[in-house]
This record gives sequence, structure tokens and C-alpha cells, in this order.
Amino acid sequence: MWYFSSPFVVFGDEALSHLEQLTGERALIVTDATLAKLGIAARIEAAFHKAGIETRVFAEVEPEPSLQTAQRGAQVAIEFAPDWIVGLGGGSPMDASKAIWAMYEHPGLDATEINPMVTLGLDKAKLIAIPTTSGTGSEATWALVLTDTEEKRKFSTGSRELVPTLAIIDPTLTQGLPARITADTGLDALTHAIEGYVTTWRNDFSDGLCLKATQLVFDYLARVVRDGNDLEAREHMGNAATIAGLGFGNANLGLAHAMGHSFGSLFKQPHGRAVALYLPYTIDFTTNAVMGRYADIARFVGFTDSRDEEEGGRLLAEKVRELARAVQQPLCVADFGIDRADFREMLPKLVEYAEQDTQFFTAPRIPESEELAQMFEYIYEGKPIDF
Amino acid sequence: MSYKFPSPEWVESFYEQINGSDAYANAAKTWEGDITLVIEGSAGIYLDLWHGKCRAAEFMADPDAKSPEFKITADMEKWKKVLAGKLDPVQGMVTRQIKLDGNLVKIMKNVKAAQELVRCATRVPTVYE
Repeated sequence: MWYFSSPFVVFGDEALSHLEQLTGERALIVTDATLAKLGIAARIEAAFHKAGIETRVFAEVEPEPSLQTAQRGAQVAIEFAPDWIVGLGGGSPMDASKAIWAMYEHPGLDATEINPMVTLGLDKAKLIAIPTTSGTGSEATWALVLTDTEEKRKFSTGSRELVPTLAIIDPTLTQGLPARITADTGLDALTHAIEGYVTTWRNDFSDGLCLKATQLVFDYLARVVRDGNDLEAREHMGNAATIAGLGFGNANLGLAHAMGHSFGSLFKQPHGRAVALYLPYTIDFTTNAVMGRYADIARFVGFTDSRDEEEGGRLLAEKVRELARAVQQPLCVADFGIDRADFREMLPKLVEYAEQDTQFFTAPRIPESEELAQMFEYIYEGKPIDF
Repeated sequence: MSYKFPSPEWVESFYEQINGSDAYANAAKTWEGDITLVIEGSAGIYLDLWHGKCRAAEFMADPDAKSPEFKITADMEKWKKVLAGKLDPVQGMVTRQIKLDGNLVKIMKNVKAAQELVRCATRVPTVYE
């Protein structure tokens, strides 16, 4: 038994205008200070106002949002009593909005207790996710990551009930995104799509989504990094991120995410850049045991007609590296400017954190601790994995 | 020789499999916590797991006789699927086919250990009534 969860998805030109068709009384917009300052939150408010819906903006969400921020947001929600909650931004505001939704519905709920085995029962409000980057996929998933700043720990959790009711993918919202962030988030979407296709929790419902998202990223990411005003490419990348979110959100991820999470948290690197670094190396590792289903991906994207698993895996790893080069991403840890001695000192922690990651155990090939340490060493200098 | 699941003999064999597994010892080297596996409407299997070893394993006719840190409950059909490798225990928990009493976050941070524990269980020659 397994589930497939999805929001109602509105996408394409003028997608934001769908907000004008909603009914309700009050909408709380959860976002960050930058999006408020840039007037993006005001655009959302204007659409709600056309629908006769009163709005309030909570623009305090920080990168890697804290539990404490979510608690403050929930307090604002309790006072304002919205029937719509909107997560507007990248993964951080969308994740925070999920926690705010749950804590608004259940004042006093400890967000760390949210998990798939607990029934929340959410009926006061509905959640709308409006991404302003093309990568996280949070608009289509039930997962959320918060940091408890008092306990100094990050926790990742989720509930099927926290899948947004509505996701709006409007290409104009990513139009001004800097090339660096476009590349980081776009490669995050690629990592979601490829890992979502090969994870041991893959299923018939998620497979097609992951394949299509992979193809879209290969077709459009380099183009949109070159020209951020290419709206056609922006639109396809926005769709790719959400489609990948639907894919991996209904399956799981794998080793690149486990290693990237570990590396990103210990060396304070952006999520997308960190996980994308590890992707081709984990394809090498998996292909060395002739596992994974990379040949399917290579064929679907049009890189080859071959059904040979090893050939497909090697080719896909090379194409991922090629794309990373094309969008000026680091291809090894040394490219991040991290000193080798510092990296080696952290090696036990890198291994420990990766092994404790919730994505580690659904990788198609799971390394032993020693192999994992060796992989980190290889990736430091950019050496393809040969074991 | 095969052992009836659940029975004191099965639990003894499981105990030996756990303590003979280097993979489990390595994956669970930081684990501290006891668990009861409850077969709904039947018995329980108590495991005292500590730093990669099983310090004690006990068949319990009354599955509520102890108060462990974790209690994992499923009916016999689900346990059969887990032992046959047909049901991933974590997917079983997420879909609520298997009930967990205890801290899910701690389990999720030790999934590799949990998987090795299940592998040990699948290596016990098992028969069912």
C-alpha cells in the first residue's frame, strides 16, 4: 500500500490571476522580507483583494526557517483567523507556511511532533503554495524542514495532510532571479527528478513525473541561466520543479541528498548546490554495481537508444557533469574553496550525518561507512567513483 | 531447522543472528534503546539493544509486560510480509500498517540500524502456524 498526494496545480501565463477566483474572507501570506520589499507579496495581495479577500502579510521567514519563526507566524494566524494561508517564496517560506498551518489549526501543537503517523485534522484553512524559485518542489510535497534555534538542531518531518491544497506556478515570479540561484535551484530539481526515479520507494505513479522533469531540466536550465528573461524557459523550469516535487514527494530521494544535506549543514552551503555536487558521483557509485535505472532516464531524455544499464549510467553521469559545467556549478568540494584538512577533520561527521539522513536508506545502492568516507574523499578532488 | 514465529526458540535464534551480524553492529553502534515487537492479538518480542549488540531478547506471552522505549505493533499478516522482505517497515509505519509508539525521529535517524535488524530477522528460519 502506498499513496499519491498532489495539490491542485495552476500553471503558466497569468496563473496568479487564479487567486481572483477564490472565495473566502481572509488570507495570511507567509513570506520573507525580500519578497515583501520587491513588491511580490503586494501582487499576491492585490489578486486576493480583487476576490474580496482581506490580507495580512507575515514577512519574517528567514533562510532555513526556525521553529520559533513558525510559532510567531502561527500566533499571527490565530489572531487574524485566515481561511487561506499562502506560502510565498522558495522552500523556506513554503515549509514555514506548512508548520504555521498546522499550529494555527491546533494551537499548542509542538511542530516537532508532526509526523506521517499522526492525524492532524486540518479544516479551518487551506494552504496555497506559490514558489518564486524553480527547485525545491515544496509546493507539491508533504515535507517540511525547520530549525529549532533554542535546541540548535534541524528537523525534517512531514504529513500527508500538509500537501498544499493549491500550487500556483507563475513564470513571471522567477523572472528576476539571479543566475546563481537559478542554477542552484534548477540543479536541485534535477537531483529530485533523478533520485526520485531510482529510489527504492519509486512507484508507477511517480516514475513518469521524474522522467519528464529530468528532460525539462536538461532542455531548459542552461538556457534560463544564460538569459533570465527567457520566459518560455522560466515557465518550463517552474513546471519541472513542481513535477519533480510531485515525483519525489510520492517516492523518496537517495544518496546525493543524504550526502548533500550532510555537507551543506556542516559547511554552510546552499541546499541545491550541495546536493547537485553529489549527484553524478552517486550515479557513478550506483552504476558500478549495475544498479539504478539510469539507462531509462538517458533514453527518455534522448541521450542514447541503448538499454544497457551501465552505458546509460555512465552517460547520464557525464551529462549531469556537463550541465553543471554549463551553469558554472562547482564540480568538486575543492571548488567551494574548502581546505582539504578542514574537510578531512569533518569526515566522521560527514559520514555520520549522511547515514542518519532520512533519504539515505532509500538509495538503490547503500554504501558501507568506509565506502561513504572514501566517496567524500574522492568528491573532494572531483575523482569519479570507481568502486 | 525452522522456528515457529513467534516463539521462545525463534526469539533465541533472532538474538543469535543480531549478535552475529557485523553489519548490524556497525549500523547500530550508537543505538541505545529497548523495543518490543508486538504481534497483535498474540505475543511480544522484547529486545534490549545497546551499541550494536542485543543485551537481552525475550519472548513475552503478554506483550505489555514491559514498558520499553519503543513499541512496534502490527498484525501477523504484516509481520509475515516484513519477515519475507515484502513490506518495508518504514513504509509500513508511514502508511500506518505498522504502529510505532515512541520517538519516530530517533527511528528515522537510525534507519540503517533498523534495516539491518530486519535483515537479521529475515535470516531466522521461520515457519508460521
